Amino acid sequence: MPRMQAIVLESRIEAVDQAEAAALRAAESAGFAENDQHSIAMAVREITVNAVLHGNQLQPDKRVRLEFDSQPGELVISILDQGRGFQPGEIPDPLSPENIMRQSGRGIFLARAFMDSVELQPSPNGTRVVLRKHLPPGAERKRG
Amino acid sequence: MLQVVERNVEGVVVLDLAGRITLGEGARRLRELIRSLLNAGERRILLNLAQVDYIDSSGLGELVSSYTLVRQQGGELKLLSLTRKVHDLLQVTKLLTVFDVREDETDALASFPSE
Repeated sequence: MPRMQAIVLESRIEAVDQAEAAALRAAESAGFAENDQHSIAMAVREITVNAVLHGNQLQPDKRVRLEFDSQPGELVISILDQGRGFQPGEIPDPLSPENIMRQSGRGIFLARAFMDSVELQPSPNGTRVVLRKHLPPGAERKRG
Repeated sequence: MLQVVERNVEGVVVLDLAGRITLGEGARRLRELIRSLLNAGERRILLNLAQVDYIDSSGLGELVSSYTLVRQQGGELKLLSLTRKVHDLLQVTKLLTVFDVREDETDALASFPSE
C-alpha cells in the first residue's frame, strides 16, 4: 500500500461498511495484528457513522473523506465530513448513570477505547477526526 | 447479515443469533424481532449471542432499547453466551452492569420467573 491513501464516500449507510473494510485493509497493510486490525476498523466505523448521520445528515450532495497515512510506528486516519461541526462539550458521557440506558452516544467513546488517540477538530465547514494507533514494537509494514 | 433461529423452550423464547448486529440491517432485524415477539404476547426472551462476532454502537443501542422495551411491558430479556469481543464491548460500556448475562442455557432458562 502507498504510505498515504484517501477514499471519498457518499453520505449513505452503506458508506459505513466501505469505511470499515478500507480501515481493515489499511491496518493489515500497516502491519497490525488481527485484534488491532479489528479495533481500528471498529473505531473508523463509529466515526464514519457520526460523519454520515450527524455531520452530513445523509445529505446526498455531501461527502465523507477518509485518509490513511501509514507513518513509521503508527497509522494515522483522518475522517472529514461536510457538516456544521459541533461543540465538543455537547458529547455526553455514555458511562454516567443518566446516559447508560440511552440508545445512542457511544461512538466516540468506543473509538477512544480502541485507538491510542482520537482528536476532534470541529469547524463550521465540517469536522475532522484524527485517529492514531501505534504499531507494537517489531510489527512490520507489508510491502506492495 | 444477521441470521436468526427462534426456539421456544419451557415458555422462554430463545433467539439464536449469528452474524453482526450493526447499523442498518442487523440492528433493524433485532428491533423487528423483539417488537414482533412482544406483539405476540411473549415476555420472556433470551438472546443467544454465541455466534455474534460483532456489535457496533448502533447494535448496542438496539440491545439497550430492546431491554428497556421488554421491561416496560413487564417482561425480561437476558443474554446468553457472549463471545470474548462482545463481552469486552459490554464491559467497557458498563452494560454488563445492566444486562443479566448467563453462560449456560439451562441456568439461563431457570432464571426466568415462572409464568
